[in-house]
Amino acid sequence: MTLNYMSGAKAVIKALVDNGVEVIFGYPGGAVLPLYDALFENKKIKHILVRHEQAAVHAAEGYARSTGKVGCVLVTSGPGATNAITGLTDALMDSIPIICLSGQVPTHLIGTDAFQEADTTGISRPCTKHNYLVKDANKLCEIIHKSFEIASSGRPGPVLIDLPKDIQLTNIKYVNKISKIKKYNNHSSTLDENVINKVAKLLLQAERPIIYGGGGVVNSGPQASKLLTELVNILDCPVTLTLMGLGCVPNTNKNFLGMLGMHGTYEANLAMHNCDVMLNVGARFDDRVTGRLNAFAPNSKKVHIDVDKSSINKIVSVDYGIVGDCKEVLSALVKEIKKLHNQKTIKPKTKWWSQITQWKNKDSLGFKQIGNNIKPQQAIKSLYEQTKNFDTYITTEVGQHQMWAAQYFGFSKPNHWMTSGGLGTMGYGLPSSVGVQIAHPRSLVIDISGEASFLMNMQELSTIVQYKLPIKIFILNNEWMGMVRQWQELNHGSRYSESYTASLPDFVKLAESFGITGLRVDNINNLEATIDEMINIKGPVIADIRVEKEENCFPMIPSGAAHNEMILSSDDNDKDTSNEGLALV
Amino acid sequence: MSVYQKNEFKEVETSRTLSLVVDNQPGTLARVIGLFSGRGYNIESLTVTEIDKIRNLSRISLVTRGTSMTIEQIKSQLLRIVPVHIVRDLTLEGLFIKSELALVKLVVKGANRVEALRIAETFRAKTLDVTLSSFVFELTGKPSKLDAFIDLMRSLGDTEISRTGVSAISRGNKTETKVLEQI
Repeated sequence: MTLNYMSGAKAVIKALVDNGVEVIFGYPGGAVLPLYDALFENKKIKHILVRHEQAAVHAAEGYARSTGKVGCVLVTSGPGATNAITGLTDALMDSIPIICLSGQVPTHLIGTDAFQEADTTGISRPCTKHNYLVKDANKLCEIIHKSFEIASSGRPGPVLIDLPKDIQLTNIKYVNKISKIKKYNNHSSTLDENVINKVAKLLLQAERPIIYGGGGVVNSGPQASKLLTELVNILDCPVTLTLMGLGCVPNTNKNFLGMLGMHGTYEANLAMHNCDVMLNVGARFDDRVTGRLNAFAPNSKKVHIDVDKSSINKIVSVDYGIVGDCKEVLSALVKEIKKLHNQKTIKPKTKWWSQITQWKNKDSLGFKQIGNNIKPQQAIKSLYEQTKNFDTYITTEVGQHQMWAAQYFGFSKPNHWMTSGGLGTMGYGLPSSVGVQIAHPRSLVIDISGEASFLMNMQELSTIVQYKLPIKIFILNNEWMGMVRQWQELNHGSRYSESYTASLPDFVKLAESFGITGLRVDNINNLEATIDEMINIKGPVIADIRVEKEENCFPMIPSGAAHNEMILSSDDNDKDTSNEGLALV
Repeated sequence: MSVYQKNEFKEVETSRTLSLVVDNQPGTLARVIGLFSGRGYNIESLTVTEIDKIRNLSRISLVTRGTSMTIEQIKSQLLRIVPVHIVRDLTLEGLFIKSELALVKLVVKGANRVEALRIAETFRAKTLDVTLSSFVFELTGKPSKLDAFIDLMRSLGDTEISRTGVSAISRGNKTETKVLEQI
């Protein structure tokens, strides 16, 4: 009998183990001391002590995104929980499954403005998929089991469980996980064969088709990426991926046009603009992708596959909306197309491909490496060339370096690219790389960073050193908040208001102060050697790559413009941005 | 007009009555209301009360306004909320009954007292409280009927109004019992 009775805190840890948790990222505090006590005795869950609660969530995101598992976070009440909010919002926007356990003041003190009390469920309600305040210890186990189901089913997302301290100390009977809990995503699980048939026909008959894949394909698992690639190959049609979808189709696939959207390639955006049939797989017509909506792929039939019904017809009206998991829908679609394909031949797309080749010949990602200054594009290109034979995981912060990484680094597999897409959180990359390296201790993990973003969560260097994580921090240092500076140049008459990163630390000495290696390079002739050295050092490295300071990120769809109004360089920026465009982010 | 505005024809906004079945637990109503305020949708009327003590369920009757694309979006977004089990669009489903209750206090003296009682009788309002200088009437029915009654009362004297908001149910023999059993 005594076997099944335990403190709430121990039950929480047992429930985590039962749900497959191996690692938890957290930071202790008064309201979670019983939980930390239970962690102290347990042998199955490894706790990673971060240096800030926001970083705990980002680390869990990196862990989740690179493994496909649920990421787990433990923070204390009040400031612990409020610090985690940015991370939770990030996870919600990018559909990453996270369980966040937060401590809370004991139930009898809730609502009294007690020390380190915050209305955590209230604050986190709009930035979680669901949240709980556990007031009845007997429901504790069931709530944790349910939370895992909610976080990982349908469109994944963060779930927060607020645990008052007295609940953690109450003796309760442990309740096992029920084998199958009802699904929480409310979508019909049966696919309409009729629609699949119509969509298959539409794709087969299309003269200028394009497939546009997103993060939903990654979330659906590696099988979905394989199916997407298979579909592309059967149809021999162009495919483009969103920032979140990079890696779903290997960059080496001849049909891959690169990323689309605001900083996507010319060929990808023009193909989107001129297509006659568009198949959107697990993307959400984000404003970074569509540009001006009333000029978005104007003469096309659109098909949208998404696990979240609310994504369909939210921004762009589509002709066919299919609610379902990418893997299942793609599998049905590939099967149907193979069946139909045997009966009649696919229309040749020679005209479409020759048109695309013309756009490709514009070489929109071309740049000139002149002189000894390092072009940031070249830095990423060299990094890619020198690491492509390793099992490399890339995380990024947010800004120009992020876009250059997306443009110039090639991803051949899903789950190897961790970036903050929806929320655009500066400071995401370093903590995220912690999670990735914990999950993949033998792989090469690189945080491609900018000097400004790096400063936002650089306290995590301490975590990296503590756990001896051989993370390579590749800082494209131009001494500016580059993307802000670029927009000020293009839209605000080069009035660089507060976008210069003054008083930067000496990154080499900073590294040394943590007992790790710091490298610096400012000459293109030494770039390769520096990258080589960085890769070959066994431990963590900060590489301060001094790049061309005022380089802009191109190509670019100016805000408020359409896909076919891309600019390829600053010289193209002859039109003033419209007032409507200026208002956009 | 925003440049990111939808390229849709000037579609008319219509009023829709939604009927939701949700778990009766703290936070559910906040989630529903938060969805409307966070995403900029309208709430014209909202009522909520427990309807099933055993399963611990509440019904939310909600009147909102928007284009059909917006309404579809509202319904899909509501279904994403974990404790929301059923979202029905009564306006779209067909015939339904919409009813509301109003409590109307009227401060009135002299000849207008007779007039007030006569109007109340015409509207089949109940008189719940009488003093020498006031009445409290109770009236149920369609919101438009309540509006008309309140307008008349206002012209007779000082008033204080309390309304419940619309409660709605579909006509005919169709029920939600089977769906509810799966919750």
